[in-house]
Amino acid sequence: MGKTIAEKVLSSHSELDCSAGEIVIASVDFCMSQDGTSTMMIRELESLGFKSPKTTNGMTMVIDHNSPCPSVDVAKIHTRMRDFARANSIPLFDVGEGICHQLVPESGKVLPGDLVVGADSHTCTYGALNACSTGLGSTDVAAAAFTGKLWFKVPDTYSVIVNGKMPRRVGAKDLMLSVIGSVTADGATYKSVEFSGEAIDASSMDGRFTMANMAVEMGAKFCPFAFDSKTASWLSARGLGKGANVSCDPDAICEKKYDFDASDIVPKVAKPHAVDNVVDASTLKGTKIQQAFLGTCTNGRYSDLEAAARILKGKHINAGVRLIVAPASRAVLVEAIDGGVYAALLKAGATFVAPGCGPCVGTHAGIPGDGENVISTANRNFKGRMGNNKDVGIYLASPETVAASSLTGEITDPREVKE
Amino acid sequence: MRLSGIVHRFSPNDDINTDYIISGRYKFKIDDMNELAKHVMEDISPEFSGKVRNGDIIVAGRNFGCGSSREQAPRALKAAGVSAVIAKSYARIFYRSCFNVGLPLVECDTDWIKDGDIITVDLDTGEVADARTGQKTKAKPIPKTMQILLQDGGLIPHLRKHGDFALR
Repeated sequence: MGKTIAEKVLSSHSELDCSAGEIVIASVDFCMSQDGTSTMMIRELESLGFKSPKTTNGMTMVIDHNSPCPSVDVAKIHTRMRDFARANSIPLFDVGEGICHQLVPESGKVLPGDLVVGADSHTCTYGALNACSTGLGSTDVAAAAFTGKLWFKVPDTYSVIVNGKMPRRVGAKDLMLSVIGSVTADGATYKSVEFSGEAIDASSMDGRFTMANMAVEMGAKFCPFAFDSKTASWLSARGLGKGANVSCDPDAICEKKYDFDASDIVPKVAKPHAVDNVVDASTLKGTKIQQAFLGTCTNGRYSDLEAAARILKGKHINAGVRLIVAPASRAVLVEAIDGGVYAALLKAGATFVAPGCGPCVGTHAGIPGDGENVISTANRNFKGRMGNNKDVGIYLASPETVAASSLTGEITDPREVKE
Repeated sequence: MRLSGIVHRFSPNDDINTDYIISGRYKFKIDDMNELAKHVMEDISPEFSGKVRNGDIIVAGRNFGCGSSREQAPRALKAAGVSAVIAKSYARIFYRSCFNVGLPLVECDTDWIKDGDIITVDLDTGEVADARTGQKTKAKPIPKTMQILLQDGGLIPHLRKHGDFALR
């Protein structure tokens, strides 16, 4: 019987021939934590007498959620992370370097076929690189770092097939919002979601990162994409090896199949306060916005900034809108400066904040006012998510839709804006 | 093990995410779970942290604990005195984290349980009983792996006790 990518990766890491539903103890290749989750992990590791990580390729910690530090309380947390990293020779990405889910792949810590865990729910992002990666609590990640392994339930797989060609100004974010709208916020709980089809073959690596990133918003555990020439080029451009690329067998058992036609996808928006509350952007015409946010582990990459700049270049955002941009990493920011994207956005009225999570989690760098609406490229729009729960509405959309909306001051289908 | 406590229900009933359980406004700057406990559920029920008592039980609908991986969510609930959660289903990361830190989760239909009821849960037999109405139901059995973690007091005590994973 054939196997899914999840079954193959968990089989190779547990040295068992395992199938969906089984519980296995598997070796873990890499683990990570960020400044919102590290202190609990550190406490558990210290209680166990931790010396160094037993995971195959080690671990890292990233200061990205509250970066640069906004308060004395957070400074204590950051200092604790730096002290622990120094004492145990653990690589740490400090203030200004960027978001964990951009830095971990950029630094070559995840390769195809790897099994990776992180104390951040969007760790599923690395699925774009043909890896099985998933978010866990701090205690699970501490256990993985301490023992080099962890228990896993081998997940069933949902196959999502996307054929056809994506229309102009419609991208991976619109496709993923469509999928989440159909599957719902818990429709893929504990599943591995595998995308395939013409539109997936045609999608960029950045698009795949966007999609894998949001898999957890429908409850998924893994979201491994197939290895192809784009994966190989992405890795070789960064001087990285090919890893052990893994494919889904044609006769593997997938619990459910979903079919989407890419040519039917239009710009989408997830309305407050749920990620599966998805509608066409055009239906929200007239909904005023006071803040627009471009960034995050979902859409803070160079191609996202570039897509927004194409719409905003030579124009100026609406007088009633604040546009905040947080590049996903320093490398992304440098590329944006070199390519003219930074200047285009700045001249259009954008405010850049440091590479990192920016205002996504509501601790600093753009907390909305009472009663305001925000259009954002992030992955979550829960009530209070951006730090204010007083009638604040967060609308999730693509970089193109966020750029178009910041021009008009209301939610706008980007196909209506001329370049 | 039997638990008994006063029921707290919330609106929304489904998809109560970990941001609602403990907001990023607090969890990123406060490292003391007893302090965080003063803010649990604040965005959907500002009065909850003032009225929750030791042993109380949270009852909800589908997909409880979805969203962020923040382990402050189960830890702060525990610090607030919550002895168990009963819901129709749970999100994956939250589910693991609860058993890792010793907070039992029970899975069953919950539409019949009312806010303020006194509910008794038998974690061994899965029986969930309402003292007010006398109504009873049988919850889904807690998987063996989770039972072992619960008996050992969580994942880290489990590793300390066995020196390795001993979950099968």
